[in-house]
Amino acid sequence: MKNRINQLFETKKENILSVYFTAGFPNLSDTVQIIQELEKNGVDLIEIGIPFSDPTADGPTIQHSSEVALKNGMSVKQLFEQLKEIRESVKIPLILMGYFNPVLQFGVEAFCKKCHEVGIDGTILPDLPLEEFEEHYKDTFIKNNLHNILLITPQTSEKRIRQIDNVSEGFIYMVSSASTTGAGKKVEDFHLDYFERIQQMNLKNARLIGFGISDNATFTNACNYANGAIIGSAFVKSFDKNVTIKKSISSFVKHILLHA
Amino acid sequence: MKYQVNEKGYYGEFGGAWIPEMMFTNIDELKTRYLEIIESDEFRKEFDQLMKDYVGRPSPLYYASRLSEYFGSKVYLKREDLNHTGSHKLNNTIGQILLAQKLEKTRIIAETGAGQHGVATATVCALKGIKCVVYMGALDVSRQAPNVKKMKMLGAEVIPVHSGNKTLKDATNEAMRDWINNPEDTHYIIGSVVGPHPYPDMVARFQSIISAEMKSQLKEQTGNEFPTRVLACVGGGSNAAGAFYHFLDDEQVELIGVEAAGKGVDTPETAATLTVGSPGVLHSSKTMLMQNTDGQITEPYSISAGLDYPGIGPLHAHLHKTGRAKFLSATDEEVLQAALLLTQKEGIIPALESAHALAALNKIKMNPEDINVVNLSGSGNKDMETYLDYFGY
Repeated sequence: MKNRINQLFETKKENILSVYFTAGFPNLSDTVQIIQELEKNGVDLIEIGIPFSDPTADGPTIQHSSEVALKNGMSVKQLFEQLKEIRESVKIPLILMGYFNPVLQFGVEAFCKKCHEVGIDGTILPDLPLEEFEEHYKDTFIKNNLHNILLITPQTSEKRIRQIDNVSEGFIYMVSSASTTGAGKKVEDFHLDYFERIQQMNLKNARLIGFGISDNATFTNACNYANGAIIGSAFVKSFDKNVTIKKSISSFVKHILLHA
Repeated sequence: MKYQVNEKGYYGEFGGAWIPEMMFTNIDELKTRYLEIIESDEFRKEFDQLMKDYVGRPSPLYYASRLSEYFGSKVYLKREDLNHTGSHKLNNTIGQILLAQKLEKTRIIAETGAGQHGVATATVCALKGIKCVVYMGALDVSRQAPNVKKMKMLGAEVIPVHSGNKTLKDATNEAMRDWINNPEDTHYIIGSVVGPHPYPDMVARFQSIISAEMKSQLKEQTGNEFPTRVLACVGGGSNAAGAFYHFLDDEQVELIGVEAAGKGVDTPETAATLTVGSPGVLHSSKTMLMQNTDGQITEPYSISAGLDYPGIGPLHAHLHKTGRAKFLSATDEEVLQAALLLTQKEGIIPALESAHALAALNKIKMNPEDINVVNLSGSGNKDMETYLDYFGY
């Protein structure tokens, strides 16, 4: 079967909304419902966060959600168990996002195989750098029809962007500016010259912009320069104890997609 | 050169640069330029001068006669506690501040556990007039109060970190986040032989002055530059890396690293990574880690804040794996007794960290003619409260 990430970018070229959430947060067993509700409300792509004890590239919101998720008992094993039947009810591409050590301890080969089995289409592992990925793990990922999404930042050189584009399948994750997640930027804080520079490079891969996308204005603006954008911290922060997950997700997505 | 880093930053299977892309430019710049800069005549000249006139090097190699008598074997102490700021940490921060200047960085960040590295960083920033931000676990802030005050007096901003166990690991996470958020003007002075390549190699090179001096001092004092064994405590492992460095290829010299067993390696309250750990990736390096089967990092514990770290430098993981160095551990209790012994036999109050290396003298078989060099990495001034509480003076 063709990778669902490729299918998505073939049929939809713009305003793609990708949403990140931390598995096991707010409650251990919310994972499947959150995925289902995000799809129902028109989200195009979902990134399921595997919590890690030391998330160095994340800001306070995702750090906190990871801490709670781990306390709730989330683990890679537990997550695969919860996702076992996910493809019976959800069609959109699913990506697992996390740090490398939990994957390494699970076994990279076993992890990729399991992803393939349950219908995961890609991974984002920020501390698995391009070089290590290419040298040791690329073949295992390809064998399991799993796209490993790589990041670029405003500091990434043109040469390295070309290298990353070359190795990438699916899309490239454009980090909006030098930051950890959830920096809470405003539209005017974005490095538009960076967005334009990348736009003009005619990369073979689609691009999604992430970090600092938190509302309709930042989402719409990012969509002007890429195929879409990724929302993480703002979504994780939006869970409201007093409202059902269903209502909370529907109002969040509505708020983001307002005019898009 | 069997134990040196290779061009990808590996010592055998350990090391590398497992960095998020957001850190790539900074690390790449360092990796490309560090050797050329630190090996240049201009750099060497300034480094050597500061080591001599500012740090007070060479640090003495002291023959501890009463301690030798007690153990029935010759014990020498490499007196890093006599360096300016009271520990070996200044060797590295002097090197890195000069490097940061060459890289035209205008802001320095650092992490600290016991506060020794924080003080050493704040010191060199004051020396060079560069802005300094130090991350320190909130628990360490409270248990190492005098060092916090020193850093502030030196003009550094100390940021208490409230995540996790509120100790060194969490301070390191926070410093990395800062660097990700400030990639252009900031240099991160890592205090140990941990983190992404080239840090482990770079810090080991700056600290290697310890073993270089040991060799020439031993030659002068005993006629032989090779001791029987070198003992050093290991958290991340910077003082041990420096003490072992010039003996790595001289296999007749026994190298002994001593980890913090805390309340015991068979209890959950320990920091003895090599005893209880397994290979993994943390803080941008593949090394031995304290972790659970799910790959989550477990919280270390030690009475000494400087050894309270769930990982170890990749060089040491490699020395352990190949058997080139032997690694022991000492409990809090053994360490406190070793500190008291040195104090009362020689009139030297050691840092809790360094007392781990001393505690190992009780655990090894020594012959009367052996030459044992203990790297006394730091002074006990910062630990007086712990000592006084424990001994009830």
